[in-house]
Amino acid sequence: MSPQTVLVKGARVLGGEPADLLLRDGVIAELGQSIDAGDARVVQADGLVALPGLVDLHTHLREPGREDAETVDTGTRAAALGGFTAVHAMANTDPVADTAGVVEQVWRLGREAGHADVRPVGAVTVGLAGERLAELGAMADSAANVRVFSDDGRCVDDAILMRRALEYVKAFDGVVAQHAQEPRLTEGAQMNEGELSGRLGLRGWPSVAEEAIIARDVLLAAHVGSRLHICHLSTRGSAEIVRLAKARGLPVTAEVTPHHLLLTEELVATYDARYKVNPPLRTADDVAAVREGLADGTIDIVATDHAPHPVEDKECEWDAAAFGMLGLETALSVVQHTMVDTGLLSWSDVADRMSFAPARIGRCDAGTAAQGRPLAVGEPANITLVDPSVSRTVDPWQSASLSRNSPYEGMKLPGQVVATFLRGRPTVEDGALT
Amino acid sequence: MIRHLLSAADLSRSDATLLLDTTEEMLRLTEGRSVKKLPTLRGRTVVNLFFEDSTRTRTSFELAAKRLSADVINFSAKGSSVSKGESLKDTALTLAAMGADGVVVRHSASGAPYRLASSGWIDARVLNAGDGTHEHPTQALLDAFTMRRHLGDLDGRKIVIVGDVLHGRVARSNVILLNTLGARVTLVAPPTLLPLGVENWPCDVSYHLDPVLPDADAVMMLRVQRERMNAAFFPSAREYSRRYGLDARRFGLLSDEAIVLHPGPMNRGMEITADVADSERSVIVEQVSNGVCVRMAALYLMLAGADETADDVHEGAA
Repeated sequence: MSPQTVLVKGARVLGGEPADLLLRDGVIAELGQSIDAGDARVVQADGLVALPGLVDLHTHLREPGREDAETVDTGTRAAALGGFTAVHAMANTDPVADTAGVVEQVWRLGREAGHADVRPVGAVTVGLAGERLAELGAMADSAANVRVFSDDGRCVDDAILMRRALEYVKAFDGVVAQHAQEPRLTEGAQMNEGELSGRLGLRGWPSVAEEAIIARDVLLAAHVGSRLHICHLSTRGSAEIVRLAKARGLPVTAEVTPHHLLLTEELVATYDARYKVNPPLRTADDVAAVREGLADGTIDIVATDHAPHPVEDKECEWDAAAFGMLGLETALSVVQHTMVDTGLLSWSDVADRMSFAPARIGRCDAGTAAQGRPLAVGEPANITLVDPSVSRTVDPWQSASLSRNSPYEGMKLPGQVVATFLRGRPTVEDGALT
Repeated sequence: MIRHLLSAADLSRSDATLLLDTTEEMLRLTEGRSVKKLPTLRGRTVVNLFFEDSTRTRTSFELAAKRLSADVINFSAKGSSVSKGESLKDTALTLAAMGADGVVVRHSASGAPYRLASSGWIDARVLNAGDGTHEHPTQALLDAFTMRRHLGDLDGRKIVIVGDVLHGRVARSNVILLNTLGARVTLVAPPTLLPLGVENWPCDVSYHLDPVLPDADAVMMLRVQRERMNAAFFPSAREYSRRYGLDARRFGLLSDEAIVLHPGPMNRGMEITADVADSERSVIVEQVSNGVCVRMAALYLMLAGADETADDVHEGAA
């Protein structure tokens, strides 16, 4: 494809002063004031904030296996609408992404769809069974160029297996992304354990089950000198452990989901399974703690954990319902609402937490398809234009996702992605897919 | 009157008192009569929707509805499409299409009756007949009714509830309702069988049974499943009954007026010994007969004239 030349006029780059950006041949060719349009198509961006294309380190695109819930095509459409130019696709598909064949298939589906770069995550263990290592090297060396490995959905709870995985991926600069959930402490768990779970009669998922694994893995990573990434950190205690680890200079990174930045366990009292997610929605105190953690850099990134499920898997008894919520199309709005409008983060910080840092952790910040690069001349033209001044009421039935399980249905959220450019080519314009 | 009975917390003190007074009336109208039937719910349809086996509770609701002359349909998981994977939603839509006025729901999943009542799938009144480890409000009502018959007004009365509070729905509903009625509840259990945050419930908590018995006006023993010891909730059945079982010695610590309750089914020899269960101050059998009257009262208050009541019009508009 030969991208057209586009002149973005008057966008506030990272929320700063208005500037023009000339996008040509997939890169930012010029950046400055009053750039001559020439033969370029002009996109008026007065009042819009220009961010680097967002990078999601944690999504479930469900393909192969659950194409009734989502496909790579529909999931990346949702991603583009949410301002993302790259998404990492978790390995818990059917078949599991534990071989070079499956990760290459997912990667290729992403290329064919063309809405956003798809970076497959490889399973740590064969079939996510937690018994023996998957062929991590083969996935790393494949066309999919896997650098993030995770059994997400399940915890690599076996300490020796976790240690070996952490060590092994050093050979190709990989990172293990841990789903921190001590399995015995969370058997049959349905919601955050606390006074409310006792009142609602739902099996509790205690904070300690997350924190114990994070503490162990931080120590393991320190012991073997490996990078560790913590998926969907959700408690105050977890944030404290990661803060301590970083103070010691350990190479530990962590993510928080938009829903853990906004929603609390009180919603579970409706027994409406849209609010069922793993790790569960926590208390207001935990929400305050993860916001603080994201603001002070303890938590490096926001990742959506976009988890589509068909209606029948949510419209049922709480115990029987699936865990997970949609997130791609609402992530930036939730971050604006919880972090920017509250003064905790600047737009420049948002660029770091949602683009630069996740690309760095996923090692997709270099090479021909580099993501999470600065908005500067010569850099790939991966750009998201967001209008922070508008607000909208979330309607999951308007979603590009095949699924409707948004916990924000009916909520009014600020900000709207107006345009997304993937290497200079618009994937979204005027708030709609191109 | 309330539209649905999903939790004991749905009942204000006046609602609860009205229910208990109506139960008294139902008892008076049926006790000792050869013809126990009242015409109040003639033409109304009550569905007993049981996703979980419970012959005792289902029979009690069935008898209650029949004594009020309602048409009763038993829709149980076994032998119905539920076991073939029909969803709660589809079952609800089916019952709605059949014109059910009241649905009595028993389900192994906490909150299932709540979903049924709040989802808009069905317009019927929903009565929770026990959901998961959440609540069992009519059990709490029959317990309160039984206690009131023996103790009079429950305001200020001391009630001790012993056993598996964590997995039990009876204790939850009882704590809420008895607190609403002004009674003072003490829960007694090993710490492993108490939910996190129980210290914030409107009751006292004790790990020891002996000290709380002399002051008690009523003691309710809850069923404790022996299998719990396999999940390390307690070391052995023997140790459990030694520390928390109601035996003759502990029975002797009670005042002469104190009564003993058990929601059943009992594990004789586990949480209660046979001699205590069969003693004169045990009201366990009476609980069963009162159960029918309490359910008659609930069905009557919620279903009789349901179409005409002012609150119904209001709810319909909301």
